[in-house]
Amino acid sequence: MATQHSRSAARLMLAPAVILLLGWMLVPLIMTLYFSFKNYLPLRGGDLGWAGFENYTRFVTSSSFWPSVATTLIIVGGVLFITVILGIFLAILLNQPMWGQGIVRILVIAPFFVMPTVSALVWKNMFMDPNYGLLAYLWEFFGATPVEWLSKASMPSIITIVSWQWLPFATLILLTAIQSLDSEQLEAAEMDGASATKRFAYITLPHLGRAITVVILIQTIFLLSIFAEIFVTTGGAFGTKTLSYLIFQRVLESQNVGLGSAGGVYAIILANIVAVFLMRIVGKNLDA
Amino acid sequence: MARAVTPQRKIINTAAAWAVGLAIFFPILWTILTSFKTEAQAIADPPIFLGFDWTLENYKVVMERSDYAKYLWNSIIIAGGSTLLGVIIAVPAAWSMAFVPSRRTKDILMWMLSTKMLPAVGVLYPIYLLFIKLGILDSQIGLVIVLMLINLPIIVWMLYTYFKEIPGEILEAARMDGATLKEEVIYILTPMAVPGIASTILLNVILAWNEAFWTLNLTAAKAAPLTAFIASYSSPEGLFYAKLSAASTMAIAPILILGWFSQKQLVSGLTFGAVK
Repeated sequence: MATQHSRSAARLMLAPAVILLLGWMLVPLIMTLYFSFKNYLPLRGGDLGWAGFENYTRFVTSSSFWPSVATTLIIVGGVLFITVILGIFLAILLNQPMWGQGIVRILVIAPFFVMPTVSALVWKNMFMDPNYGLLAYLWEFFGATPVEWLSKASMPSIITIVSWQWLPFATLILLTAIQSLDSEQLEAAEMDGASATKRFAYITLPHLGRAITVVILIQTIFLLSIFAEIFVTTGGAFGTKTLSYLIFQRVLESQNVGLGSAGGVYAIILANIVAVFLMRIVGKNLDA
Repeated sequence: MARAVTPQRKIINTAAAWAVGLAIFFPILWTILTSFKTEAQAIADPPIFLGFDWTLENYKVVMERSDYAKYLWNSIIIAGGSTLLGVIIAVPAAWSMAFVPSRRTKDILMWMLSTKMLPAVGVLYPIYLLFIKLGILDSQIGLVIVLMLINLPIIVWMLYTYFKEIPGEILEAARMDGATLKEEVIYILTPMAVPGIASTILLNVILAWNEAFWTLNLTAAKAAPLTAFIASYSSPEGLFYAKLSAASTMAIAPILILGWFSQKQLVSGLTFGAVK
């Protein structure tokens, strides 16, 4: 249907978006790559020449590298585990007939709209503070000693905060997927005597497979780079320094740009590995 | 669901769902309640849920101190500006891909999506440096540009998905009647696309409003939005729970309300159409 004229017009209309994104991708990427091969300390002498692969080897051999990788994986894994399991449970619960479904949905989704700095600070102070936090009162009420959450149980605390933020996302997507499940199929299975567990395992769960994969991939991409939650709670202390936080510290706090850039390249590679899987799923959907 | 449900079953469902819903919402509810307490009541032992002297004092204090209005204004400009600019750039792009697709359309879409996955921290210093060189560090325009760029893929994708659903026959009919490309866009497509554009704007205002990596790292005193204002409470002095709550409530209230309107579009928007 398209004429030659409208084709060239279409290309012209596409150009600004493509050029901008191309610039946004390539310019910083090339700069990061360039810096990663440099000995570059803006506050201590500036550009001190080429470093070869030294930054890359130094970044991975530094004593904080492996712990930061472990921290990142534990946070991502922990949050995924909690949000997917609870998300499935919540999606099934919210899909049941009930009164006030719309309102419950609104309540469940709410945390997703809270800005990360707010949720981190509210949790840190009003819930996890060992003196005045609500959890401290709760612990005292049951005769237990209040826990210094963010210093003594820092990882579970961060995972809790981040899970609270992302549970609505998982729930919403799984709920959308579950609503497209053919209820006749479930009824037929029920009539044939399949138990609730069996119906869940053989009908509901396989139906949710794709949505679960999408939730995992999208959350992974966002979780790999969580920042504000750590920035305002522990500042990377008490074993909560993730890979992105470590890079942030190298670049902005200690102003070792070469080293931080090498770390950045590692982070980009890591994110790309996850991205490839996500793109495959999204791409498949484009053909349909 | 077509299945008949017993009343007991429905009551149990309702009770369970409300209990879980309220539990998840509780931190927000608690923040809102605390914002109306005095500082002493905010840390009272045992905690007071409703039986406190409701006061608007905290809101007054927060508004008066620290140019709250300035942070709010920055948030509005940055979230609104980046979204509008993004939409202006994305509408033609999404239009052309949806109605004049070529062999490469799919690749272009996928590539746009891939730029979204670039970890921000990986390119933090280059952007920081460029901003200093261009003199736009800690400026509204700088953040408008960055947030526009990070959300542009989502905007293009959402619009593309919506435009795809507009039937092509209508456009052909318009063309037969002699409509030019410009008229076609202005008089036919735009009115039909308004709902899609509106939800795209909504979702992206939310994302930009809450963005907390670039807004924290690229601003200082001048262009800092509410995310940074709230973060300044991370090392406070004295009693501050009630004030923190008031500031938080003001920062999240507009977005909570917008968010509740956008929940339907949220799913396809955030999964790039992979879940509908």
